[in-house]
Amino acid sequence: MAELKSVGKPVRKKDAMQLLLGKPLFVEDVTPRDALVVKVLRSPHANARIREIRTENAMKVPGMVAVYTYRDVPQKRFTMAGQTYPEPSPYDRLLLDQHLRFVGDAVAIVAGETEKAVDKAMKLIRVDYEVLEPVLDFHTAKDNPILVHPEDNWRSLCPVGADNRRNLCASGQEGEGDIDEVLDSCPVVIDHTYHVKACQQAMMETFRTYTEIDRYGRLHVISSTQIVFHCRRIIANALDIPKSMVHVEKPRIGGGFGAKQTVVAEVYPAFVTWKTRRPARMVYSRKECQIAASPRHEMEVHVRLGATQEGIIRGIDLYTLSNTGAYGEHGPTTVGLSGHKSIPVYTANLEAFRFTYDVVYTNRQSAGAYRGYGATQGLFAVESAVNELAEKLHMDPLTLREKNIVREGMVMPAYYHETANACALDRCIEKCAEIFNWKEKYPVRDMGNGKIRAAGVGLSMQGSGISGLDVGSATIKLGDEGIYNLMIGAADMGTGCDTTLAQIAAECLDCDLDDIAVFGADTDASPYDSGSYASSTAYVTGKAVEKACLELRENMRRIGANMLGCTPEETVFSGKGVSCADGSASVSLMDIATRSMAGNNIPVQVTVSHSSPVSPPPFMAGMVEVEVDTQTGHVELLNYSAVVDCGTPLNPNLVRIQAEGGIAQGIGMTLTENVTYTAKGRVMEDSFMQYKIPSRLDVGKLQVDFACSHEPTGPFGAKSIGEVVINTPAPAIAHAIYRATGVWHRELPITPEKILMSMEHG
Amino acid sequence: MEIKLTLNGKPVTASVDADKLLLDFLREQGCLSVKRGCETANCGLCTVLLDGVPVLSCSVLAARAAGHQVQTLEGLQQEAEEFVGFIADQGAEQCGFCNPGFVMNTIALLRENPYPTDEEIRAFLAGNLCRCSGYEGQLRGIRNYLNWKEGKTNG
Repeated sequence: MAELKSVGKPVRKKDAMQLLLGKPLFVEDVTPRDALVVKVLRSPHANARIREIRTENAMKVPGMVAVYTYRDVPQKRFTMAGQTYPEPSPYDRLLLDQHLRFVGDAVAIVAGETEKAVDKAMKLIRVDYEVLEPVLDFHTAKDNPILVHPEDNWRSLCPVGADNRRNLCASGQEGEGDIDEVLDSCPVVIDHTYHVKACQQAMMETFRTYTEIDRYGRLHVISSTQIVFHCRRIIANALDIPKSMVHVEKPRIGGGFGAKQTVVAEVYPAFVTWKTRRPARMVYSRKECQIAASPRHEMEVHVRLGATQEGIIRGIDLYTLSNTGAYGEHGPTTVGLSGHKSIPVYTANLEAFRFTYDVVYTNRQSAGAYRGYGATQGLFAVESAVNELAEKLHMDPLTLREKNIVREGMVMPAYYHETANACALDRCIEKCAEIFNWKEKYPVRDMGNGKIRAAGVGLSMQGSGISGLDVGSATIKLGDEGIYNLMIGAADMGTGCDTTLAQIAAECLDCDLDDIAVFGADTDASPYDSGSYASSTAYVTGKAVEKACLELRENMRRIGANMLGCTPEETVFSGKGVSCADGSASVSLMDIATRSMAGNNIPVQVTVSHSSPVSPPPFMAGMVEVEVDTQTGHVELLNYSAVVDCGTPLNPNLVRIQAEGGIAQGIGMTLTENVTYTAKGRVMEDSFMQYKIPSRLDVGKLQVDFACSHEPTGPFGAKSIGEVVINTPAPAIAHAIYRATGVWHRELPITPEKILMSMEHG
Repeated sequence: MEIKLTLNGKPVTASVDADKLLLDFLREQGCLSVKRGCETANCGLCTVLLDGVPVLSCSVLAARAAGHQVQTLEGLQQEAEEFVGFIADQGAEQCGFCNPGFVMNTIALLRENPYPTDEEIRAFLAGNLCRCSGYEGQLRGIRNYLNWKEGKTNG
């Protein structure tokens, strides 16, 4: 292949300096300050019905504009999950409901001229609740007589095994081979259950949305969202208005991590604006983000993993119990990844597998999409089980993996029978062991001062978009003087996809990156894109960009051929212009652009959509060194090394930062980010005071490298990077803590208290 | 109540409620770089300089700034531009929402300690949370800037 000029280069993000210099780029910065302030009054009870709600005193507060209750909203159920229609997530929500299903559920929408007026009015709303017994324990939710969704108009659009009469958001079973027979014949079976809690994405910018009526009388929504097109549909569903009346765009997004793949905040100001015809804004508080948002699905994954004495993994049986909370956003889909993205890692000798799951409703905060999307939970379980197997067999865990991992060319029965066409997992492990210095760090070292150093390992895989479903599109347009506009519907939420997609365009059009101006995302102006989630943007939208640019090249050749008086086949496109193949004459890009605007019938704006029948997995190996203080239980994270196979890294800087950021988030989930509930169902960690995300003192030294493969279906060989990177810390750190203390921790987070108490009792 | 202060070098007179937070006051004054990430003084996004000292503007009343000098990133563009390009060269700005607070505190660090060690950088900036970058890229950027500055001085 010719040397690449733009793809694979560590260029700056196009918006980097604007961001670093604090320019006004986010929802709250770019929208008028005098919009109505919108807040939501939230339920203090986990399960209750509103007997009576009185708002007249609240409305007497000067500056109050509206208080809406369940009587004021459309009675058609919808889902807030940003997914392709028909959504697998059940239609189980109303904008406001008489039945409140978790502490934090929306009781009333309050809008006023000032925040002070709204805050005062919220205290004056009188609600008489009929408090009901809640279902808080997800182990008892299935077939519990207390129903989270007893209503008749609850609806499941897809066959996902949902049944609101059984508190089931989804259920199912799949597998191949006779797993019971295989496990019965295995001399070693690891049989344990692993628990991951409902961690928060904790993106720095909370949910924020501004809404107004535009000059055509339509609802104009400017929101911090990953999914402008789904957002348009969901708002129209929630408000029960035509989709044609909604226009959604996003400015810069202050982090998403999947949180903004759910329409968490948008519907409230949208409803206020639609009713009052006035601009409105909702800014979620951090507390609301912690108690009434869209966190990871709490999952308990029961693994039975059977192997020979020689460490050949012959069968994996997985049962996942997932807690979707009060509503079913992303419930049926996240659970799938707990099996589909964990079992295939051990494809090599697998004779049988079974994957069974239940996703239950409870009276807890509704869960949603969070980087990793179920794979994180599944991999904590399977990778921990493999580490436990290694310890049981007294085998080096890397040797054990060498025997069993998926390798390039293998068909993965537990991953929709897809073939691993690009897989460097073996090289990831090898290279990681080298940069981490596994040989030296794996042996347990007593430091002689009550502190013990040890190491652990974890592997990871994810997907690249949703196969056969996700659609990415790109519009590329030639403009005056030979510049280009690239329009996308994918959402750069900080990841840098505006830049990486422009790198692909610059490569295909043989021009400078600065010649490509990127615009996105806007439902009126962008070509359709499912949105930025499921690790889809680089792989799916990236391919759409490549195809669109190649098509535009052909059109420019046709115009050039007309100007040169030859056939398109006789021309060459050089990036600077089009010339005759024999070099006799040429026209510049500027000439072609000028001609395109005068007496021209050949389009110089091309839109191409792309969808892939496969979802090639990126792979990763992560190794950690910790120091455990046996006096306090404190874990000091010393070193974290990781090697990722994301196919071709489109921008080495940006994939590296993705990896480092994902590892840090994974470290937080493993060690400090706790979610506990009071007996009555209130989240205790409702601020950053209690919910401790890692600071720069908590992540140790991160070292990331790459083992490249070439994915034939990806743009320039690329696969995804965004999600695969969050999955290794949990199993690797749990492994290292076991090595240091002799105790396996199968529930996250692994706090100093747990470590100390387990050592005392162990 | 009426307050007078110097904001980014310019005198400002304004009428504020006694309970108005400096963070909200500054945004109303058009200093939109100042961001709110939490309500509990934990994230560092709202860091500004009060008489040259970094403070969390979510934890300072606007009235407390009366008679003092307040600087936000809007007023320190040139000083920031000297080093933020090195962070951009790492891609470590990412979503950018934490950037203004982090950049303000880095300015304070470099004024106090022009050649900090990695440990000193980590310690000084510990209160500036970032959820995207994992912090290493920010550190690499500052380290590269310091190396460049040292080379420039010595060269």
